[in-house]
Amino acid sequence: MAVIAKKGFDVEKLRSDFPLLQTMMNGKPIAFLDSAASSQKPTRVIEAMDTYYREKHANVHRGVYQLSQEATTAYENARELARAFINAPSAHEVIFVRGCTEGINLVAATFGRRFLDAGSEVLISAMEHHSNIVPWQMACEDKGAKLKVIPVNEKGELVMEEFERLLSDKVKIVAITHVSNTLGTINPIEEIVEKAHDRGIPVLVDGAQAIPHMQVDVQALGADFYAFSGHKMFGPTGIGVLYGKEEWLNALPPYQGGGEMIETVTFEKTTYNELPHKFEAGTPDIAGAIGLGAAIEYIQSIGYDAIHAHEAELLDYATQGLQQVEGIRFIGTAREKASVVSFLADGIHPYDLGTILDKLGIAVRTGHHCTQPLMDQFCIPGTVRASLAFYNNKNDIDRLVDGVKRAVAMLR
Amino acid sequence: MSINEIQDEIIDEFSLFSDWMEKYEYIIDLGKQLPLIDEKYKDEEHLIKGCQSRVWLHAGLDGDKVVFTADSDAVITKGIIALLIRVLSNQPAEEVAKSDLYFIGRIGLKEHLSPTRSNGLVSMVKQMKMYGLALHAKN
Repeated sequence: MAVIAKKGFDVEKLRSDFPLLQTMMNGKPIAFLDSAASSQKPTRVIEAMDTYYREKHANVHRGVYQLSQEATTAYENARELARAFINAPSAHEVIFVRGCTEGINLVAATFGRRFLDAGSEVLISAMEHHSNIVPWQMACEDKGAKLKVIPVNEKGELVMEEFERLLSDKVKIVAITHVSNTLGTINPIEEIVEKAHDRGIPVLVDGAQAIPHMQVDVQALGADFYAFSGHKMFGPTGIGVLYGKEEWLNALPPYQGGGEMIETVTFEKTTYNELPHKFEAGTPDIAGAIGLGAAIEYIQSIGYDAIHAHEAELLDYATQGLQQVEGIRFIGTAREKASVVSFLADGIHPYDLGTILDKLGIAVRTGHHCTQPLMDQFCIPGTVRASLAFYNNKNDIDRLVDGVKRAVAMLR
Repeated sequence: MSINEIQDEIIDEFSLFSDWMEKYEYIIDLGKQLPLIDEKYKDEEHLIKGCQSRVWLHAGLDGDKVVFTADSDAVITKGIIALLIRVLSNQPAEEVAKSDLYFIGRIGLKEHLSPTRSNGLVSMVKQMKMYGLALHAKN
């Protein structure tokens, strides 16, 4: 199966598309294993943005002149690419935002304003990134609503029986991550959506860590809102997508006020523009959207089947390699897992391990990964996290394993 | 010895290391040595929070001199703390307050004192100087 899926997949050829992977860190060729924090960019994305600024830039949706029309077409073409990419029913359900964080904040703030009150509840999980905790906390504080948390078991999986128990009629929305940034756990979104919808409760999915690794079909998932960032899927920083079902987006009040989002403005009363413009106040990140469009085309040119097969092989290889290190402990051992390896070496602080790996030219993330409540649950200060993308190869993993062995020998 | 004399001494010592491995092995050794702080001071009040590693700092007076003790949960951070204490502890409060810690850059450890590193060391140095200032004023 893996062999069939990987037909035509040439990791070395793909690596040459990424200028940054050819650079050095601390005098050594970089082994970049921090793609879950932010991925590197292929030349195609960089060039799309460069060409836009050199040849096509003007403000969108405003000018009658040809250049502005062309910029508008390019921007709206990116929206259509994003729509098809996640199989959204229509392009006006695709809102361009700064990133996944802004997408969640948009929903939390506007949904909170319209639908939360004292006595209502928002249901999240214990493995959420701070960006899917804090916006809801803020919305709850505003209205005197309560934040409820689905617990996680020792393997790093959601306790589904608890989810069902917590899903009461007080719950106004469920906000859940598709893939955990710290543990790699892939959550059963379809099942969560189905159970929530049985009670008429909408579901927001934080897709930041899913979109670089798997085909996302918002209709198949049934999610009411789905947010993701461009920079984690080989696109530029500062751009992301919030998908929302039309009926929900229409039911929410606007988030920010300004140009573009209005229909008519008088000092007495403003009426708002239609979707998606209602939620895109001000001049948008046009170049970012075009870069995101290029990233989508790039991913599609490789195909998620090949990406998944390669990453699954690397994840196995990394897990087996690290297992040889004495006193290694993996944090996050869910059955359904994306290519993230979070670990600790017995008696060694993640900061120390990360520092030595840095000197060896190996880029990993250390710390709590913006999931402090999760770290508290496992009673650890943080982890070392190696997160893989399709452009990683076995050499990167060999260097990681050798580096960890060397660091452990120095630190123990 | 004055603060700057100690800094120059450390720079000399580090010039003997031929690569980063030797340098870090030395810092790790320093970090592994006995606790640098009385256990009773390892509490919330003395904690300097960093996103990556945590640091505890206590300052006392011995005559007109400030005596620092500190600790960290990460051994490399702790090794660097040992160097900072060697430079700043048992020095007149006024000298601590106006010290310029150039040795960190010269021995190639500047990145550990970068605010982006978030290991508590930047806040610790700030705190040490503030203690110097406060204790000097009190005297």
